[in-house]
Amino acid sequence: MASSPSHDLNRVRAAARADTEVNFGFWAYLMSDVVLFSMLFLAYVNLSQRYAGGPTPGEIFSLHGVFLETMALLASSLTFGLAMVSLHQGKKNHIIGWLLATFVLGAFFLWHEVSEFVHIIHEGASFDRSGFLSAYFGLVGTHGAHVFFGMIWLLTMVAQIALRGLTPAIGSRLARLSLFWHFLDLVWICVFSTVYLPGLIQGGSA
Amino acid sequence: MFGKLTLDAFHHSSMIIVFANVIMIGTGLAVVAALTYYRKWGYLYREWFTTVDHKKIGVIYIVIALIFLLRGFIDAAMVRAQQASAGPGMDGYLEAAHFAELFTGHGTMMIFFMAMPFLVGLMNIAIPLQIGARDVSFPLLNAISVWLTAAAGALVMISLLVGSFSEAGWSGYTPFSGLAHSPGPGVDYWIWALQISGISTTLTGVNFVTTILKKRAPGMTLMRMPMFTWTVLCTSILIVVSFPALTAALALLALDRSVGTHFFTSIMGGDQMLYINMFWLWGHPEVYILVLPAFGIFSEVVTTYCNKRLFGYTSMVWATMAIAFLSFGVWVHHFYTMGQDPLRNSIFGIATMVIAIPTGVKIYDWIWTMFRGRIEYKLPMLWTLGFLITFVMGGMSGVLLAIPGADYKMHNSLFLVAHFHNVLIPGTMFGLLAGFYYWFPKVFGFRLDEKWGRHSFWGWLVGFYVAFVPLYMLGIMGMPRRMVTYDNPAWHFWLVIAAIGAIIVAYGIFAMFMQIYVSWRDREKNADLTGDPWGGRTLEWSIPSPPPEYNFAVVPEVRDRDAFMEMKVNDWAYQRPSAYEDIHMPKSTPLAIVIAALSFVFGFAYVWHIWWLAGLCVLGTVAAVIVRSFNDETEFVIPAAEVEADEDAFHRRLQDADVFEHMKDIKEYGDERTPNGEFIEPTTRATSGVPG
Repeated sequence: MASSPSHDLNRVRAAARADTEVNFGFWAYLMSDVVLFSMLFLAYVNLSQRYAGGPTPGEIFSLHGVFLETMALLASSLTFGLAMVSLHQGKKNHIIGWLLATFVLGAFFLWHEVSEFVHIIHEGASFDRSGFLSAYFGLVGTHGAHVFFGMIWLLTMVAQIALRGLTPAIGSRLARLSLFWHFLDLVWICVFSTVYLPGLIQGGSA
Repeated sequence: MFGKLTLDAFHHSSMIIVFANVIMIGTGLAVVAALTYYRKWGYLYREWFTTVDHKKIGVIYIVIALIFLLRGFIDAAMVRAQQASAGPGMDGYLEAAHFAELFTGHGTMMIFFMAMPFLVGLMNIAIPLQIGARDVSFPLLNAISVWLTAAAGALVMISLLVGSFSEAGWSGYTPFSGLAHSPGPGVDYWIWALQISGISTTLTGVNFVTTILKKRAPGMTLMRMPMFTWTVLCTSILIVVSFPALTAALALLALDRSVGTHFFTSIMGGDQMLYINMFWLWGHPEVYILVLPAFGIFSEVVTTYCNKRLFGYTSMVWATMAIAFLSFGVWVHHFYTMGQDPLRNSIFGIATMVIAIPTGVKIYDWIWTMFRGRIEYKLPMLWTLGFLITFVMGGMSGVLLAIPGADYKMHNSLFLVAHFHNVLIPGTMFGLLAGFYYWFPKVFGFRLDEKWGRHSFWGWLVGFYVAFVPLYMLGIMGMPRRMVTYDNPAWHFWLVIAAIGAIIVAYGIFAMFMQIYVSWRDREKNADLTGDPWGGRTLEWSIPSPPPEYNFAVVPEVRDRDAFMEMKVNDWAYQRPSAYEDIHMPKSTPLAIVIAALSFVFGFAYVWHIWWLAGLCVLGTVAAVIVRSFNDETEFVIPAAEVEADEDAFHRRLQDADVFEHMKDIKEYGDERTPNGEFIEPTTRATSGVPG
């Protein structure tokens, strides 16, 4: 059973497939998260022009910072992909290395996002300033909270691999974390093209 | 230190609330004292609080549902009593604020803490058994779901003692539910009770989608699934796709109320209609989440008690899928009057009326199944007949309301109240009760008493008509919903009649509890020794009542949609293998009650803005999950010898009850079959050669 640490790579590989029963369940959960995010996008699109006399997107967004954030998050999906490649090769230390790289990129993304939030709030454009800003902080903040929990999960997995080695249970969990991490990347691309790009284009002409 | 929580929160101006608290605390203390006196805490902890067995989890859900059936009904009765005792020159006995708490509490409790837990309880009990599985896909997640529902229910309960409950109606429309108009803790209690129970339901949806798609016994293709399984699959998909909309709406409302955002406020760029759209994006699918499984139950009941294969199975499946799909395209009909243009209203009006078509298909399928079947008027069949007649009436008033022009007259009137009670009571409540009587012997090993059951049925049915037909009349006479008092003398007579209806329903509820007591007292006499008390057709009836922890000693093979009936007529029911195998089952764990307790404290802390405590609860939950993830010893083994001993005992009971003799009758009088034993689908003609 899953109880004894097994080094049988094939069992680990089988457990890491995306279509096992438990991973299928995780897909179903991700679908519910898609709906959650679509509601936040709905709120954002609906409220995005309601400035209530406050700042507009052009005044508070900086393309430079968002570009760095985006690149970090996209790169973290690549490093996670490499961690999964290492999993299929059974290279324990490589997995840990790539997971830690993913963690660092995630941390960079989150640090950047939080400092952007702090900056915007300092300029007097907090979430209680207007409907637009509430929706902005609500959507981007929810994505950030997901990234934060993903990072706790990453560290937990690093600890489990270090302590337990490659067991089928751990292979299965990594497959789910991988789905989760790529999903957050996908959501970010939607955030980028719904929030920042139109905001900056409009902001430029306003 | 304690946020907004002060001793004032325990002060209640209304003696009725003080009295209710005395009853609630007194009952609680009595239960605790009795459990201590009879030394039952250890048993409860081992067998119930830490269990991951889907059958026990189902029972816990239904216990929660029955408690809230009583509380929700008391609220309804108090609303009826107020309106019957108020009127021109009379104020009734309630303050306006308390009256508002009552109608809010009634709706909230009946939907979230009565109908949903009852439904999920029946799903838990029946689904793994119907598909030949040993448990659901995620047993621990299932335990977390049930205890989260309990935690959410506890938040509703404690709002009676500490602070107050929401006055904003069960749908909590903004801006009234915003901080500016409802500054008290009531709406916050409502938000967190719904939020926690909603998350619990989302997890249940994920669990049952996976269970049904991944855990079916070999041979059970999608088109061989029992109808209840089909409807639960559709409901679970609806849950996964719609409940997050509620989660988002409630989370944003909570932010508006606690940190001052402007999602739904009426100033600073907020948009109230955004909340109302998001709420009904969940709310309308929710109606079908509640009603589809009940349709599944009626299908099981009709086939079983008519001793006939379901008429039009394929059309029933497609009708279910069609309703599930259409349910996402009609939400605007909840607010025709709120400013969209006529074109948009017309589109949603037509979409709404279209739902009547697949629903009509189902009604005809049930009627054709009964046609020339050998109908046994057992309790579940009575509820089904009561449903058919009453629900068609409710559906008709729904089609009327779907016309935007007519809705402008009826919107927010008692006509609407009568309509949705007229679909939800027969559609959901009668279905849940039919399922309760149908599967009760499977879970507990004895049948429920017929006499008291009939009393209960007639109490509910007659009481329903007496209580709600007057509300239709009042709606047409122009009476708005939710009025604490009124000055139109013409309304008073009908409100008194409606209150009498509530008393008759009260007798139905009393008779049901009486029935449970009497059946328990006579459980020896009512015992179900064979596991197949009704001549069932699906796999749950092929195993003992109550089923062993592992459900199936050997995972069954399915050759037909009526899997067990096919085994009975083709002489391979109860077949035993040459050797039994060890069975791996998930171990009990306290993780679920720990997470639920932390969620309850989190909700309470958020309501009162005790931020440090709320933060600790989040940390505690994350820590508990991480600790659990390091535990790999999550299963235990039931040895083959033990399984074989259980099966020996079961087969002795089958022999004693002459089950194998009786099977000859089934072959002779049962469904029509081809010479090689395959069932012939029922048509509108009775038997081959005889024109229908």
